[in-house]
Amino acid sequence: MKTPHFKTLDANEAVANIAYQLSEVIAIYPITPSSPMGEWADQWAAAGMKNLWDTIPSVVEMQSEGGAAGAIHGALQTGSLATTFTASQGLLLMIPNMYKIAGELTPAVFHIAARSLAAQGLSIFGDHADVMAARQTGWAMLCSNSVQEAHDLALIAHAATLESRIPFLHFFDGFRTSHEVGKIDMLERGVLREMISEERVVEHRLRGLTPDRPVLRGTAQNPDVYFQARETVNPFYDKCAGIVEQAMAKFGELTGRRYQLYEYHGAPDAERVIILMGSGCEAVHETVDYLNANGGKVGVLKVRLYRPLDAQRLIAALPATTKAIAVLDRTKEPGAGGEPLHLDVVHALAEVSSVNGQSKFARPPRIVGGRYGLSSKEFTPAMAKAVFDNLASAKAKNHFTVGITDDVGHTSLEVDEKFSVEPPEVVRALFYGLGADGTVGANKESIKIIGENTGNYAQGYFVYDSKKSGAITISHLRFGPKPIRSTYLITQANFVACHQPVFLDRMNVAECLVPGGTLLLNSPHKPEDVWKSLPSETQRDVIAKKAKVYTIDAMKVARAAGMGPRINTVMQTCFFSVSGVLPREEAIQAIKDSIKKAYGKKGEEIVKMNIAAVDTTLANLVEVQIPATTANGAALRPPVSDEAPAFVRNVLGPILGGCGDRLPVSAMPCDGTFPTGTARWEKRNLATEVPVWDPQVCIQCGKCVFVCPHATIRSKVYESNELASGPAEFKSADARLPEWKGKKFTIQVAVEDCTGCGVCVDVCPARNKSEAKLKAINLRPQPALREAEVKNWDFFLDLPALDRRKVSTDNVRGMQTLDPLFEFSGACAGCGETPYLKVLTQLFGDRMVVANATGCSSIYGGNLPTTPWSQNKDGRGPAWCNSLFEDNAEFGLGFRVSIDKQREFAAELLRKLAPSVGSDLVENILLAPQKDDADIFDQRERIVELKKRLAKIESVEAKRLLTLADMLVRKSVWIIGGDGWGYDIGYGGLDHVLASGRNVKVLLLDTEVYSNTGGQASKSTPRGAVAKFAASGKPAAKKDLGLIAMTYGNIYVACVAMGAKDEHTLKTFMEAEAYDGPALIIAYSHCIAHGINMATGLQNQKAAVNSGHWLLYRFNPDRAGRGENPLQLDSPAPRIKLGEYRALENRFKMLEKSHPEHSKALLGQAQEEVNMRWKLYQHLAARDLKAPNGQGSAAKTPSTVEN
Amino acid sequence: MDLTTTYLGLKLRTPLVPSAAQPLTENVDNIKRMEDAGAAAVVFHSLFEEQLSLERRELFENLAQGTDSFAEALTYFPEPEEFHVGPELYLKNIARAKASVDIPIIASLNGSTAGGWVQYAKQIEQAGADAIELNIYWIPTDPALTSIQIEDTYLQILRSVKEQVSIPVAVKLSAFFTNFANMAQRLEQAGADGLVLFNRFYQPDIDLETLDVSPNILLSTPMAMRLPLRWMAILRDQVGLSLAATSGIHRATDALKMLMAGADVTMLCSALLRHGVQHIATVEKDIMAWMGEHEYESIKQLRGSMSQKNCPDPAAFERAQYMRAVSTYRA
Repeated sequence: MKTPHFKTLDANEAVANIAYQLSEVIAIYPITPSSPMGEWADQWAAAGMKNLWDTIPSVVEMQSEGGAAGAIHGALQTGSLATTFTASQGLLLMIPNMYKIAGELTPAVFHIAARSLAAQGLSIFGDHADVMAARQTGWAMLCSNSVQEAHDLALIAHAATLESRIPFLHFFDGFRTSHEVGKIDMLERGVLREMISEERVVEHRLRGLTPDRPVLRGTAQNPDVYFQARETVNPFYDKCAGIVEQAMAKFGELTGRRYQLYEYHGAPDAERVIILMGSGCEAVHETVDYLNANGGKVGVLKVRLYRPLDAQRLIAALPATTKAIAVLDRTKEPGAGGEPLHLDVVHALAEVSSVNGQSKFARPPRIVGGRYGLSSKEFTPAMAKAVFDNLASAKAKNHFTVGITDDVGHTSLEVDEKFSVEPPEVVRALFYGLGADGTVGANKESIKIIGENTGNYAQGYFVYDSKKSGAITISHLRFGPKPIRSTYLITQANFVACHQPVFLDRMNVAECLVPGGTLLLNSPHKPEDVWKSLPSETQRDVIAKKAKVYTIDAMKVARAAGMGPRINTVMQTCFFSVSGVLPREEAIQAIKDSIKKAYGKKGEEIVKMNIAAVDTTLANLVEVQIPATTANGAALRPPVSDEAPAFVRNVLGPILGGCGDRLPVSAMPCDGTFPTGTARWEKRNLATEVPVWDPQVCIQCGKCVFVCPHATIRSKVYESNELASGPAEFKSADARLPEWKGKKFTIQVAVEDCTGCGVCVDVCPARNKSEAKLKAINLRPQPALREAEVKNWDFFLDLPALDRRKVSTDNVRGMQTLDPLFEFSGACAGCGETPYLKVLTQLFGDRMVVANATGCSSIYGGNLPTTPWSQNKDGRGPAWCNSLFEDNAEFGLGFRVSIDKQREFAAELLRKLAPSVGSDLVENILLAPQKDDADIFDQRERIVELKKRLAKIESVEAKRLLTLADMLVRKSVWIIGGDGWGYDIGYGGLDHVLASGRNVKVLLLDTEVYSNTGGQASKSTPRGAVAKFAASGKPAAKKDLGLIAMTYGNIYVACVAMGAKDEHTLKTFMEAEAYDGPALIIAYSHCIAHGINMATGLQNQKAAVNSGHWLLYRFNPDRAGRGENPLQLDSPAPRIKLGEYRALENRFKMLEKSHPEHSKALLGQAQEEVNMRWKLYQHLAARDLKAPNGQGSAAKTPSTVEN
Repeated sequence: MDLTTTYLGLKLRTPLVPSAAQPLTENVDNIKRMEDAGAAAVVFHSLFEEQLSLERRELFENLAQGTDSFAEALTYFPEPEEFHVGPELYLKNIARAKASVDIPIIASLNGSTAGGWVQYAKQIEQAGADAIELNIYWIPTDPALTSIQIEDTYLQILRSVKEQVSIPVAVKLSAFFTNFANMAQRLEQAGADGLVLFNRFYQPDIDLETLDVSPNILLSTPMAMRLPLRWMAILRDQVGLSLAATSGIHRATDALKMLMAGADVTMLCSALLRHGVQHIATVEKDIMAWMGEHEYESIKQLRGSMSQKNCPDPAAFERAQYMRAVSTYRA
């Protein structure tokens, strides 16, 4: 037996570590929560790490999971050891290949961070819906329950697949296990060598396709033999369980960790047993120990080998005393007789009894099935106990649910929420932080410090909200002398830290404290003022629990140390100082060591400032004196205002307030339909500083409003008499545009919704004449402004808007007075995508239907609780839906075809009804041009009239037309997605849809990486950029999607960059909408994944255009019809070197810092490509294109526009 | 004709040395070209303390932004095994240049505080540089700082660099001291092996359209040599260390004037950026022609011949009145 080699890491890393060592070919594609496994593999390969056979595996990124599975299939067929990692929809896309790989008896392992499937809504969180959807493919399925198990069973899977020739899905719970950080004993190479049979590797190799031993696989078979051929594999499946068992036994001998296929834990004479798979086993394990220690007779059967299911071994593992069994499934199969594992156990019991002729049980046990933990829903010992209690009842509920309140189907079990089995020797710590403050990072380091400097085991699990800006993070840390099995969140903590004062007025941070626990606050208040700054509820809990409270002004300490808002090191030092998990001096030294380790390579100053922060922290940490009674604390702020609509108050409000778990089934829409316009109720008050308008300096250009990523800064033009009823502090100026003469103009900021990103200030071109550092918009601290500006905002919203028929939409300053119907999204502060969406809704929002590919835009656009997609005063606005990642273009085309069909049908009905409706009206409706807002307004008026007339007509046709009449008003179909979708996974569909000639508009928000999953390279990523999956810099050039689309000739294609030329963006949107056919707009979107200062992202856009990296152009097929060259090149010739632009972005610079020579070579190639591309476009735009009929006029000079 | 000279103890073939001419010296091939054109030594472009530090900070902040905030994207970049955020690339280039040319390589180290960066000096020496030009670049704006405090900081920086290395160290600085002659002496006493006159500070400009303060790099003109010329002549007789002239040296006549005032070497920068590396050969040829025409035998012979002490009108170097200078101007 070897000495343990402990390391603190999460399961994704632990599994990737094994998979990497045991593979030669690794095909990867990002999908949450499995992406980090691929990222590790790519990173290790880039760093030259070798596998077990001393060679660096080839890691290849594919365009989709389907592609990855295909590549793996190919690699396996040619004799390599190959693996991939995926989850959820990704696994679904692999299924076709999985049948093939299994049918050909090919050893392979796919590692799956099991995740929910998109049904009524998408979920990135963990359950078994994905793996259960693959259970029929013929793959063996091996399930791990913890970080250590995932590491260990990864090896067992690789060993068993070689031995059995059956491919293995090795899975573990997404997030709960994949992202749980734990201290585990790492397997050494010697163990891997012992476990992997070289002989079997050779056999696999020899089965590979080679012209030196030619064979044929993948034949087409006929009715005569297909069936027989299908049955040939049975002996392999029969042996599989035995092979896995042997591998586990051998593993046990080598490591001391013994696993069983079906592992029973509990009383040998248990009467009630829960059977389940995955991390939930650990919570039941804890519960079983607790209940048995208190006189219970219960047990848990952990299913590790789910396929091939060995019924004999499964039943054999149960105590003969078993009287009742509950089988828990972490999935839902609507309409089935039961969930999969439940049915399997029922079948196993029946079959084993019938085969053996007699049962080992005195009486056949009763079996019930239930669902738990869907989408990472908490599964706690209290819930496990509820299941045992259910089994004890004579009328045990079958097909139950546990963990929710089901007041619709009445399936749920009652749970005693106070029941807890947390062992007293385990220290439990909870930390509330903001994404930007580094809390999670520091806690991950703390776990490592404790895990690696003490004998304690450590566990860290981190909960994030769904916002990309101002996200709340909650860290759950446990430390204890034994391995930690608590696979659920902490509800009773010894230590609670609130790292952000802003949380204190919306949540009671003392609620989860145990009596005598410690509360650590980061507060800007003086120690003597801290107490009264706490809400009454928090004060009451602190007093009742006799808690100790410590405070520090961490922001001050961090700023003084040069750390800006990153208070992580300060708060980490406080934690170690007051929690006592390590002796103070030892802890401080360990923090300093970990700082050196983590930041050493980033430079001396970074280390120094962190160490300075550690050194100055303790002097600023003070214990708060707790009085015996509460003192004038405020009440906790409700999550939404009382004025919000009922659904927002009753459903979205609790979700916002962190109480979504308590919502019953009846509260949720049954088909995933939600109201729009809800983000406006979520007043997040994120910004420490917000823009303040100076009417004297403002030139009313509208640029700030145009670029605001969150639609929090707006302009309005109105009659001056409106001001009479306005708040005293409401600002206005005389409107400057000639057509607004005599009117007033205001720019107003929604200070409670603003993220303080500063993009508006950056873009503002107006300077104060006497103090040039001031602009027309300047950032000022938010809290002092809040009260007045909230009133101003409300007044502003109520001001009448200009009649949109009279607003000129061909210039920024005019169109920026239109209401945005996309507002207050949770996108990153300074997001480069959202301004395009906002502008789109200002122009066409009242007639848009949006098909949105999965990605950043579907998350900030459609992640509960609220949505930024909004409605105008008439209740019209974008209707939005997300289908999948890969099918978005097709999905949008479906909208178009369907809408067109309905319009066609309506027109047919209308013609039929012309005699009774009136032929003038019919004529006017059918011939209405509907080109602009005025036309559409008129058409809507006609439809109102039509409906009035139809209501009076008693005929089936009239009734039919009533429901279809609105389709006679133009509907604009927008297909929106990122470059991961458009360039990669959805490219085939996008190509097909564009080629269809149908009137769909595609807005491709091009961030040049998979932004939503953390910045993996796509085919849009430029050569030389560092991205995940391109750790050594993307070696290939960016695909020219626009050029490809132009080859069809009948597609409107444009490339825009708002930061370079805003009016060009506007003109493009207008032209694309006006074009009666497909349009593709590729919009440069700066992104947090570029490693840039997001406040000045628009400057990056400008530099991208000035360097020629990003060309501005429009290809308008309508021009060709007029004999003009359809391509208009709207960029000037590159005026800066590509290197100058790239120096602004750390995605390029980091390669220069890590691989200087390589970076230089790639930059050289990229510059060459920019030069060539410019020449090509110039040539294309200058071509003399006479119309085929000879009537066109030739374009003699390059077609360019000035704007 | 003997064009040799000695600078910082280095025997040089001629007094013509290309200086810190970014971006020319960033490419080792250009160094070779300079040698071929007759450069007697090369001063490398500067290793900027401030820039390195800024880059590190930016890298740290921008790569860390958004991390651990959102469940699907806990990071946005792969973590490289190592970052060359220090002087690695610079050192590599020094070593490469040393390997490819025979002329001395003088590294340039640029900083304003006596921080940890002075350790770079040691690394520069290890990389093979023959000497270091220490470029102290600092605009004091704090009215509470006295001139003596400022001067002491310069000396402290120099001393800490000298402690690190055994190769010669020249100090490049501006003329803006209350008494530059005194400062020069103090630097000599503190161990400077040479002075480079002067650092032509990068002067900001105002963009009237955008109302921004814009960085504006202007190449020098021969007019820029007047200030160093004056101080060269004054210092030559007062200090024993090496003196290098830089700023505004474009033509052979400019170099000759500086040498006569007392320079050991004359440094070319803007002229090379403007006319190309080959310009060194032209200047050398013209110097030889001028010397031949005027029957000079060696650089040693003419060096310092017009220093304040040796020139016919020592008071001319002390005159400060602009009006007077104009009134004595003769075409």
